Amino acid sequence: MEILGIEDPAIWSVYLLCIISAFYAVYYGVKNWNKGEDRVFPEDVTWVKDEKKVENDL
Amino acid sequence: MNSIFILTIVAVVYLFIIAYLGYRGYKKTKTALDYLVAGRNVHPFVMAVSYGATFISTSAIIGFGGAAALFGMGLLWLTFLNIAVGILLSFIIFGKRTRKIGHNLDAHTFPELLGRRFKSTFIQGFGGIIIFVFMPIYTAAVLIGAGRFIETTFAGQINYNVAILIYILIVTGYVLAGGLKAVMYADAFQGVIMFLGMGVLLVFTYVKLGGVVAAHQALTNISHLVPDKLVAAGHMGWTSMPKLGSSLWWVLVSTIVMGVGIGVLTQPQLAVRFMTVKSNKELNRAVAIGGVFILCMTGVAFIVGSLSNVYFVNNPEYGKIALSAAGGNIDKIMPLYINSALPSWFVYVFMLTLLSAAMSTTSSQFHAMGTSIGRDFFEKVFFKGKHSKHTVLITRLGIVLGIISTVTLGYKLPGSVIAIATAIFFGLCANTFLPTYVGAMFFKGMTKAGAISSMLTGFFGTALWLLFVHKKEAAALGLCNLIFNKPTLGTFPWIVVDPIIVILPLAAIVAIVVSLFTKKLPSAHVKSCFEHI
Repeated sequence: MEILGIEDPAIWSVYLLCIISAFYAVYYGVKNWNKGEDRVFPEDVTWVKDEKKVENDL
Repeated sequence: MNSIFILTIVAVVYLFIIAYLGYRGYKKTKTALDYLVAGRNVHPFVMAVSYGATFISTSAIIGFGGAAALFGMGLLWLTFLNIAVGILLSFIIFGKRTRKIGHNLDAHTFPELLGRRFKSTFIQGFGGIIIFVFMPIYTAAVLIGAGRFIETTFAGQINYNVAILIYILIVTGYVLAGGLKAVMYADAFQGVIMFLGMGVLLVFTYVKLGGVVAAHQALTNISHLVPDKLVAAGHMGWTSMPKLGSSLWWVLVSTIVMGVGIGVLTQPQLAVRFMTVKSNKELNRAVAIGGVFILCMTGVAFIVGSLSNVYFVNNPEYGKIALSAAGGNIDKIMPLYINSALPSWFVYVFMLTLLSAAMSTTSSQFHAMGTSIGRDFFEKVFFKGKHSKHTVLITRLGIVLGIISTVTLGYKLPGSVIAIATAIFFGLCANTFLPTYVGAMFFKGMTKAGAISSMLTGFFGTALWLLFVHKKEAAALGLCNLIFNKPTLGTFPWIVVDPIIVILPLAAIVAIVVSLFTKKLPSAHVKSCFEHI
């Protein structure tokens, strides 16, 4: 069987798998677009302050 | 001189845009961090594309694109892993925990994350040293990719040595101008240029070769031109996988696909990016854009790299396969193809694509190198983790040393080295850090001794395997020959099997077994690591 002009199933299947996995990524992202909103906890703010210090030192 | 003049104009305009975006982002303090504190969301496109721009470099486009011209479309298995592991697994499973555990532990580098999670100075110091010493191999691969493109584009006007110098000056200027800061707009701008450049490259190539199916069939039809030496090693044409179990199959599957595909999880400059986002929502959204971005980067590079063989064979000027057309150096295949097959205006666009790809990656690599020696090694080991002005100085010195060792390697390393050098670094990171990283994120019962012994097994196991078994490196490094009077102690297939196949499972087993029999971490500490998850 030849798909997309390629005979080896290990190649045409991965060609399609790449596209399918990218589509899945889009599907996942869109499905969860508004999910996962977290509260900003004090440890998050401390982390940012320290990270800015690290960056500014450079 | 005309092309050099155009190059200068294009590069200067581009650098001005980058500088402006960096300045604007900095002035308005719209870095990722400010967004986080302000409680607003970073635009998911910006987060995903800046991550992608850091992930994908000239190494992927030039080095692995060239490897695809040699191995064929089997390299697409790496693209699949880039999306499945580098985006889906990495963002959805690892990213969310890395962000929260990193914040809980107030960790700012990858070794610091692991060190604090297991309450170990050794883990942080040892991790820092490994990154500082070995990352230049990868940085040099990125540099060589840029150097080969400039050299080919300006053949007869700029040689490779000068090309490397020009590029490193641009990157150093970028780093000095604040390129190490997480100024997202500059990264995202670079990512957009990469998107456009690679998109045009794919369309041009398929159109030039008569369409998708016709191009693939043409590639199948020239499989009789595969050199005898490669056929003997297992090559079965560019639209087929190499013969199962052959030496080429092992190199493709174990070193290139598995080594790089899995190794991405433990790239220090990528792991820390997860900490700069505000919530899981941003990571969810970034998955959508990241998946498409990676497909457009490595997917395009590997398809075009393979198809370049058809172009070179059909072009009377060459009349031979890509490897021969590029004089046997696979690192020159993509630059040669782009320069010969595509219109000259596109070559300049593509140069920006590569400059973007290389700059965003290199600056984050230098950042990781500097902090690994300054913060992770010196500050932790010598100053007991106390921040001092010495840390800043050593970090800066670390960046300078990193730049020097990168340039030295860029001059010294042989041809056809980009993909292999990248794979060695990715594999080394996976073998050394992955079991500990997985344990740190998901297994509360993993002990400090388990983590340390796993890291030591991973690092020294990889070193011994490369020095005494894996033939290519063992022969090149020469220690095996010096001691045992033969290039390798291994036999086929082990001499072509990448350490990731043997050492990574070994390091994982060591982590589990040692953790079962050693002292657990205080439960209060473990609880604080996993707070709010």
